[in-house]
Amino acid sequence: MTAEIIAQGVYYQYAQDNNLALKDINFKIDKGEFVAIIGPNGSGKSTLAKLLNGIFVPTKGEIYVDGVNTASKEDIWKVRQKAGMVFQNPDNQIVATVVEEDVAFGPENLGIPPAEIRIRVREALEAVELTEYAHKAPHLLSGGQKQRVAIAGILAMKPQCIILDEPTAMLDPVGRKEVISTVKKLNREEGKTIVLITHFMDEAVQADRVFVMSNGQVVMEGTPRQVFTRVEKLKSIGLDVPQVTELSYQLRKAGIEIRPDLLTLEETVDCLCQLL
Amino acid sequence: MREITIGQYIPGNSAVHRLDPRTKIIVTLFYMILLFLLNNFQGYVFPVAFIVLASVLSGISIKYMLKGLRPLIFIIALTFILNIFMIKGRILYEIGPLDLTYEGLYQGAFMAIRLVLLIVGTSLLTLTTSPISLTDGIEKLLSPFKKLGIPAHELAMMMTIALRFIPTLLEETDKIMKAQMARGADFESGNIIKRAKNMVPLLVPLFISAFRRADELAMAMEARCYRGGENRTRMKELKMTSLDYMTYVIFSTIVLGALISRYLW
Ligand SMILES: Nc1ncnc2c1ncn2[C@@H]1O[C@H](COP(=O)(O)OP(=O)(O)O)[C@@H](O)[C@H]1O
Ligand SMILES: [Mg+2]
Repeated sequence: MTAEIIAQGVYYQYAQDNNLALKDINFKIDKGEFVAIIGPNGSGKSTLAKLLNGIFVPTKGEIYVDGVNTASKEDIWKVRQKAGMVFQNPDNQIVATVVEEDVAFGPENLGIPPAEIRIRVREALEAVELTEYAHKAPHLLSGGQKQRVAIAGILAMKPQCIILDEPTAMLDPVGRKEVISTVKKLNREEGKTIVLITHFMDEAVQADRVFVMSNGQVVMEGTPRQVFTRVEKLKSIGLDVPQVTELSYQLRKAGIEIRPDLLTLEETVDCLCQLL
Repeated sequence: MREITIGQYIPGNSAVHRLDPRTKIIVTLFYMILLFLLNNFQGYVFPVAFIVLASVLSGISIKYMLKGLRPLIFIIALTFILNIFMIKGRILYEIGPLDLTYEGLYQGAFMAIRLVLLIVGTSLLTLTTSPISLTDGIEKLLSPFKKLGIPAHELAMMMTIALRFIPTLLEETDKIMKAQMARGADFESGNIIKRAKNMVPLLVPLFISAFRRADELAMAMEARCYRGGENRTRMKELKMTSLDYMTYVIFSTIVLGALISRYLW
């Protein structure tokens, strides 16, 4: 497998800030991989996301998206087309007054011919299961639906990679589920590389790999199981662990022998049943 | 605010709805000019015919169009009254220092009807054209003037974004208002100055939020490869059809008839 995103010794400093927002970030994300990034507020997650699709360029170091350096001025539009970005607030990223017009916004910017745009818009709305909302006004949709419109708007640009910066933070539980299942479907069925920034541990658990950020650095990296079993380390950073992992952690502390690497509810139920 | 019906788009698929927005904008402009060229009552037959025709073809009743006049009734009445008394001529009636003249009555009625026709006729444009196609039409019509420095695409984009965010900001206003009212803010009582002062805790958070929204939206647009109107294509391209050409022919006939009527009647 080839790498989709490569970060090499990336540092970032905001102009009006003396501190580094990102320090010595190094990683590779493979094509088709689903990576979750977690970390406390202010740890640099959003900054990193904005570096990945060239909204910001590294102060030092390089980022490559599908082989293209994000710092190259001529290729910046290529980078943004390859790595689409979904933001936290669904209201502040929808441009048009009709759903299908908004989905068409990206391809229109790319100069795609009208007939082709229509096909892309139809396919994108199908992929997020919003076909019947094509002619609706976005402000009449629920939060989860708005966020899926935003995802469709990115899909219509045919990116290889989708970066989502806390897309579920402002949604209700139903909306969160809609968005996460859409993201997973795009990863499984369409092979899109996913970078999901989230503060919900139960979402991070579903990724192939988890990056943990703290103070502008990636401090832990591994499969969800590898990461979430290190409960003490996560807590010292100021992060929660998934509820079931917390449960098994507390049980073990109380002297009950239970697997330390529980992540899902089903596993836990099984394990607890065996104990009884 | 919700009762204002002038210009609110009524979705539909009639011949008028399907016209190219450029046609409707151009026709509306010439309709306005026409109204000011007419110099006698009989001439109003032509704009009235235009409105009746549009009403029949669009399926929007004249009654509905007239409803849109309601918020403007005061201005129309004022026009009428001012004209009645300001114009010198054959005196019909004396009310104190004011003279009611025959010419004034004539002129007042003439102006009031002109105003009514103006409002009803122009509201047809927005009644039958969705805001998006309206902005698209304006952008296309202005684009030849880009060389003169008129930012056609930017103006259209601004209008689109304004239209997109009006409902969002109204919703937000409502939310902030309720939140402030829960904390004892009072938006309804007191004189104008007091009320304006009471609006401050509403406007400040609203402005802050609007600027944050603008900032985020700009970033989201850039992330979606927006770089102005240059090399941008559109999913829906405007296209004139035989329907549009027919409209121009019919409308020109009306205009011609009206111009001739200036000399005949
Ligand atoms: N526009 C900005 N200007 C200056 N500093 C910023 C800006 N945005 C974020 N920062 C700083 O950069 C650090 C990382 O922020 P951010 O990437 O938003 O973190 P996260 O998304 O993980 O909460 C924080 O210390 C924050 O204060
Ligand atoms: Mg953030």
